[in-house]
Amino acid sequence: MLLGQRTWLFHNQPVIIATGTVGGPFEAQGNLKNDFDILHDDMWLKQKSFEKAQQLMLEEACQIALKKGQVQKEQINFLLSGDLINQITPTTFAAKTLEIPYFGLFNACAITTESLALSAFIINANGADYILSGTASHNAATERQFRYPTEYGGQKPPTAQWTVTGAGCGLIAKEGIGPVVTSATIGKVVDKGMTDPFNMGGAMAPAAVDTIIAHLKERNVDPSYYDLIITGDLGQIGREISLDLLQKKGINIHEEQYVDCGLTIYKKEQPVHSGASGTASSAVATYGHFVKLLNKGELNRILVVATGALHSPLSVQQKDSIPCIAHAVSIEMGSDSS
Amino acid sequence: MADKKKKNLPPDAQKYQAFQQKRETKRNIFTNCVKAFFVGGLICVIGQTIATFYIHFFDFTEKTANNPTVATLIFITMLLTGFGVYDHIGQFAGAGTAVPVTGFGNSVISSAIEHRTEGLILGVGTNIFKLAGPVIVYGVFSAFVIALIKTILMQWGGL
Repeated sequence: MLLGQRTWLFHNQPVIIATGTVGGPFEAQGNLKNDFDILHDDMWLKQKSFEKAQQLMLEEACQIALKKGQVQKEQINFLLSGDLINQITPTTFAAKTLEIPYFGLFNACAITTESLALSAFIINANGADYILSGTASHNAATERQFRYPTEYGGQKPPTAQWTVTGAGCGLIAKEGIGPVVTSATIGKVVDKGMTDPFNMGGAMAPAAVDTIIAHLKERNVDPSYYDLIITGDLGQIGREISLDLLQKKGINIHEEQYVDCGLTIYKKEQPVHSGASGTASSAVATYGHFVKLLNKGELNRILVVATGALHSPLSVQQKDSIPCIAHAVSIEMGSDSS
Repeated sequence: MADKKKKNLPPDAQKYQAFQQKRETKRNIFTNCVKAFFVGGLICVIGQTIATFYIHFFDFTEKTANNPTVATLIFITMLLTGFGVYDHIGQFAGAGTAVPVTGFGNSVISSAIEHRTEGLILGVGTNIFKLAGPVIVYGVFSAFVIALIKTILMQWGGL
C-alpha cells in the first residue's frame, strides 16, 4: 500500500528467511568478524582479477543464503542486485552462474535497500515466492574504478572512506520465520553541489536526512518507534552532519539510536579514515549483523537507510557535482514479538 | 576558482556546504609538513649516499652520477610498490614521498600493476602513464617553451 508520495507499507509480511555474508582479509580483523559466514584471507580469492573475486563473493553469499534457507535455486524467482563496477558486470556474471532471473540495479551504495525494497514490494504483491536481494563490493576493484591504483602512494585525506571487500545477501520469502520487511521509503536524488569524491559522507548526509524525514512523516511514526536507525556508509563525518541536520529539523533521534554501518564494520584502530563505504558496507552489516540481532531478539525494529553517491569517474573529471540518494527499509520482528 | 563556482550554486547548497565544512575533519597541515620534511629529506639523503657511492666506486662524475642514482631510487620504489609497502609510506609522508622522483616512479609502477589484468597492450601499455602522463606532457612542453624563449633571447637579445 502506498503511503504519501513514496512510502510502501507491506501488509503481506515479506520475510527475510536467511542471509549470507562474505568478507575479505581486512574485514576479518574488524568488529563483525564473527558475523560473517565466510572470511577470505586472500584479496584475489584465487581469481584472475579483483572483479572476478567480487563476482565470486556474491555467488558465495547467495549460495549460503540458499543453503541456510533450505531453498533450491530453481525455486528462486528473481535475483535483485547490482554493484559499483563498470556496467555492473561482476553482478551480471554472478547472475549467469546462479541461473536465476535477474534484475540489475544501480544506486551505488544504496543498492542494498533499493533491492530489498523492490524485493519486498514484488513479494508483497504476490509477484514471487522467493527473491535473492544483495550486493557485493571489492576494495581494490572499486578503488581503481573511482580513484587511483591501489598501490599508488598518494595521501588520502581524513574525510576519505574505505571500500568494504565483501558481499551480503538476503533471501526474502512470502512466508517463513524471520524478521519481516514492513515498509520502505524511496529516496530522491539530493545534490548540494559537493564535488569532492574523497568526502562521500559529507555529500550523502543530506540525502539520508531527506529520506529519514520523509519516512517518519509518511509512515507517521516517531523516531523512537525504531530501536535503531542505521545508515549505510556515512562514516564519521556524514553521521555527525546528518544527526545535526535532523536535530535542526526538529527530528529527535538519540545519539545511541543512530548508527552507521560504515562505523560498525571496522575497529577504531584500523586505518579506514572516516569509515567504511561501498555497496557491501550496508549489505554485510545489515544481513550479517543487524538481522542476526533481530533474530536473537536483541532488536525489534530497525530502519536501514543505505546511502549512495551516484557520481561516475567521468562526471567527477568533468567537474560535475556528486548526486546522492538514500532508500529506507524498515525490518521488524513478527507481530508476536512486537 | 572554487569560490567562483560556489557562487553559481543555489543558496541552500551554499549554506549546506558551509555547514558541512565546519564538521569536516581537516588534515593537520603542520604535522603533515614535518613528516613530509623528514621523509622527503631522508629520501634525498639516501639519494646522495647512492650518488656518492657511484662517484666513489665507479667511473662517474658528480654530473654523470645523476642518472644511475635516479634509476636506483626508482628501482627501490618499484620493489616497495610491488610489495605493497609504498602506499603506506605515502599515506604517512604525503608530499614527502610524492615530490621526489620516487613519487613519479610509484605512479608509473602502480598503474602498470593495476592494469595487468587487462593484458600487456591494452592494460599495461595504455595505462602505465595514466598518472605520470600529464607530468611528462607538460614537463616536455614547458621545457620546449623555455628553450624557445632562451633561443630567441640569445639570437636577438645578444645574451
